[in-house]
Amino acid sequence: MKKSGFYLMLTVIFMYCTGPFLWQVITSVKPSSELTKLPPVLPDVISLDHYISVFKGHPFGRIILNSMAVSLISTVLSLALGSLTAFGLAKLNIKGKALIFGFVLSISMFPPIATVSPLYLIIRELGLRDTWWALIITYTTFTLPMSIWILSSFFREVPDELYQAAKVDGCSPFQIFYKIFLPLAGPGIFATAILVFIFSWNEFLYALTFTSTIASRTIPVGIALFPGLHEMPWGDIAAASVIVTLPLIILVLVFQRRIIEGLTSGAVKG
Amino acid sequence: MKTGIQFLCAFLDSRFCGNDVFSIKPLNLGTTDPYKEQLLHKDSGVKFVLPALSVIGLVAVFPVFYVFYLSLHRKVLTFNISTFIGLDNYIYLLGDSRFWNALKNTAYFTGVSVALELILGLSIAVLLNRAFKGKGFMRAVVLIPWAVPTVVSAKMWEWIYNTDFGILNYILGTDINWLGSTFRAINAAIFMDVWKTTPFVTLLLIAGLQVIPKDLYSAANVDGAGSWCIFRRITLPLLMPVILIVLIFRTLDAFRVFDAVYILTGGGPANTTETLSIYAYKVLFQLLQFGYGSTLSVIVFLCVGLISVFYVRLLSRSIR
Amino acid sequence: MAEIILQNITKNFGSVPVIKDLSLNIKDGEFFTFVGPSGCGKSTLLNMISGLEHISAGRILFNGEEVNHLSPKERDIAMVFQSYALYPHMTVYNNIAFPLKMKKIETQSIDTEVRRVASLLGLEGLLKRKPKELSGGQKQRVALGRAIIRKPRVFLMDEPLSNLDARLRVEMRAELKKLHNELKITVIYVTHDQAEAMSLSDRIAVLYNGMIQQCGTPQDIYLKPDNIMVAGFIGSPSMNFIPASLNKRKPLEIECNGVIFSPLLKNMPENTSIIFGIRPEDVCISSEKSEGCMEVTVSLTESAGSFNWVDVMWKDVTVKGLSKLDKELKPGNTAFMKFAPDKVIVFDANLKKRL
Repeated sequence: MKKSGFYLMLTVIFMYCTGPFLWQVITSVKPSSELTKLPPVLPDVISLDHYISVFKGHPFGRIILNSMAVSLISTVLSLALGSLTAFGLAKLNIKGKALIFGFVLSISMFPPIATVSPLYLIIRELGLRDTWWALIITYTTFTLPMSIWILSSFFREVPDELYQAAKVDGCSPFQIFYKIFLPLAGPGIFATAILVFIFSWNEFLYALTFTSTIASRTIPVGIALFPGLHEMPWGDIAAASVIVTLPLIILVLVFQRRIIEGLTSGAVKG
Repeated sequence: MKTGIQFLCAFLDSRFCGNDVFSIKPLNLGTTDPYKEQLLHKDSGVKFVLPALSVIGLVAVFPVFYVFYLSLHRKVLTFNISTFIGLDNYIYLLGDSRFWNALKNTAYFTGVSVALELILGLSIAVLLNRAFKGKGFMRAVVLIPWAVPTVVSAKMWEWIYNTDFGILNYILGTDINWLGSTFRAINAAIFMDVWKTTPFVTLLLIAGLQVIPKDLYSAANVDGAGSWCIFRRITLPLLMPVILIVLIFRTLDAFRVFDAVYILTGGGPANTTETLSIYAYKVLFQLLQFGYGSTLSVIVFLCVGLISVFYVRLLSRSIR
Repeated sequence: MAEIILQNITKNFGSVPVIKDLSLNIKDGEFFTFVGPSGCGKSTLLNMISGLEHISAGRILFNGEEVNHLSPKERDIAMVFQSYALYPHMTVYNNIAFPLKMKKIETQSIDTEVRRVASLLGLEGLLKRKPKELSGGQKQRVALGRAIIRKPRVFLMDEPLSNLDARLRVEMRAELKKLHNELKITVIYVTHDQAEAMSLSDRIAVLYNGMIQQCGTPQDIYLKPDNIMVAGFIGSPSMNFIPASLNKRKPLEIECNGVIFSPLLKNMPENTSIIFGIRPEDVCISSEKSEGCMEVTVSLTESAGSFNWVDVMWKDVTVKGLSKLDKELKPGNTAFMKFAPDKVIVFDANLKKRL
């Protein structure tokens, strides 16, 4: 392939990947009057009106708080339960390990729609509807397979001799877990935390079903149900989208460095 | 079958820990002599796995049984009606044209979006696998759509597709109501999904490409193979297991699609673009028919199960 | 301080026996080594003494008290591992202090102890470092420090030197020996390296196939190997084995490659097929003929610096021997071999036992 052609294709890929989001950013800083101006091109002036209106006109601050709380608590719980299980599966004696792994793998393939109706009934029965806990319990459960997978392969990398040494030094299995293995799996815990967090931050179906007011409504539902009087408040939606997406994009861009490291070091298994 | 599952497990390990979105260097904590006798006694780990397994049992497995149970009932939430009706819901389902339409839409959505993602993902992966300046930057850029929440990207595309003020019509110089007809709406949703999930496919395929030894390319070059021939005869066959795994993940994800289509079209116009998940959701939470809604959920569950079995079979055969 | 007694120890993994009815007394303060090839069961044995592995049958006694059901912690042992097993996230200081912290000893006395141990091992300057910033030898010392600080009843060492390079290994050997002399604590040491076992130990048990083939001082085992397996395993280069046959019992006459020997034997051979064992260092190869020597053909010479190892063909048997630096000993040349008959160890070829 010729060099110019190659770079032309790179440019196309670049536009394809960034264009839609850039357009959203542009929309978010257009004054309302220019949103319906034809042709839809760059704004004459940059306005932050939509950003202000998102917080002034709507309870968006509360929605962000809900999402933060639900995602953070789910992440902590998923990691706590997941790391214990992963440690047990990676380093301890359990009958039917392969079966447990297969079971966990199949859970990760469950379609959400298959569990949403019974979970709704259970949550309503427990009086947890429209609370953070309804979502936290669900997200913790459905991110457990991911946590267990990632962390168990991390624990497996730690040599058995370290376990034995700690045992000779007087540790119980649980002490070995939190004094030795947990600190060693630090990078794995961190990566898992980000994946679980993003899952909880973005989840829509359960959030739509289990929440009904701003007491527990999360960002995806908030954006989907953005209130408009006569027509869609496109500028406000764009502003809200940018606010909740930008942190994720930054997070991913920062971690991209690790991908490249991993890829260039050629440490590919499987 | 068994080797397929094992391979899937091994691959998931590598996907999550070797070269995934959040690639982490493997720990290097010293080596142990492989010939050394391994300690066979290990402390019991039952107490460690019990909490998580019981949570999964209660919140994931129990509901699956419960949904089967519900599907055998007529249950309307508002009137507190709940009567056992056996397989009546399933019999009704067979004659429900809205169900067949939803199934058709789901299959169409799954087939077309997965195929497009694979083709596009493979092209981008091959392109980005070359050595060039700014490679790291481009790989970061490819990840951006992946990072955008589905709901946000659906809203974003809804604005782009807007008939009067959308940029798409402006760029094409057209005046089309993109979400106005069934055909256009479902394909608009597919296009959005392709945009959103191609990065995931690209990433896995790049990881797969990295594993192919560079010597093979050099050898083929020496043997006088052209670049298309190399791609067809070397790259593609060696990439096959990874492609199959990408297909598994993407097919299962696409088949249970909800938010992308729900936000973009709401199932409209006139319920014609409903997918199975959307139809089930509407029956459950708009009509509050928990019995029939659960029946639809069971069908989605069974389809996903069948697809997994099919792929795992395929995978074990391709490894052999 | 402990005397350790193993009584009829058996270990099965499933139906596969790994250790077969093994009994042994290890004296208090002794440096005792299990040596044997890979897979002989020596690490399993050590793990059973430490309590990391259960035993299938038999008893382990520490100072006369049965410890079968005690955990490693309760047995009051310390262990040094082949990979050192240092905790990578802790500093050298915390690695050494860890066993004491687990015993909930007050910080002040832990500090005193860590510094005492660090100065004993020359680690004072490294206390703030993490294991990955240490060289192999330093890691080894930290691992020793972590073992020493507990003042255990017994040290268990599982191939502690095999991850070091050759030079460092010899250095650390001397240090271990010195340390043992100072601390006078029972050491049970496992290695596949017979030279290491010979140079360190008070007594050695050669383990093969889950059984002790011979147990004794290094000298005993070297000079009077009980069987062909021990004879071949101990000593480097390995002992030469030459087939021979019994011609006459009285007076004793054994023919080896056409030469008649009449060695003094403890036991009369029952079978006629015999094996002669002779250590390469007892075989003298020379290019000059001398009295009582055998004519051979040189097939290979290896320089060992001040002398050469020479492989020769004695009729159709390869024999390794020792020669002075001699340019005449080139492959294909004729040479002359000689060994003292009293250095020959005679084995029964069927029973593989020394006669």
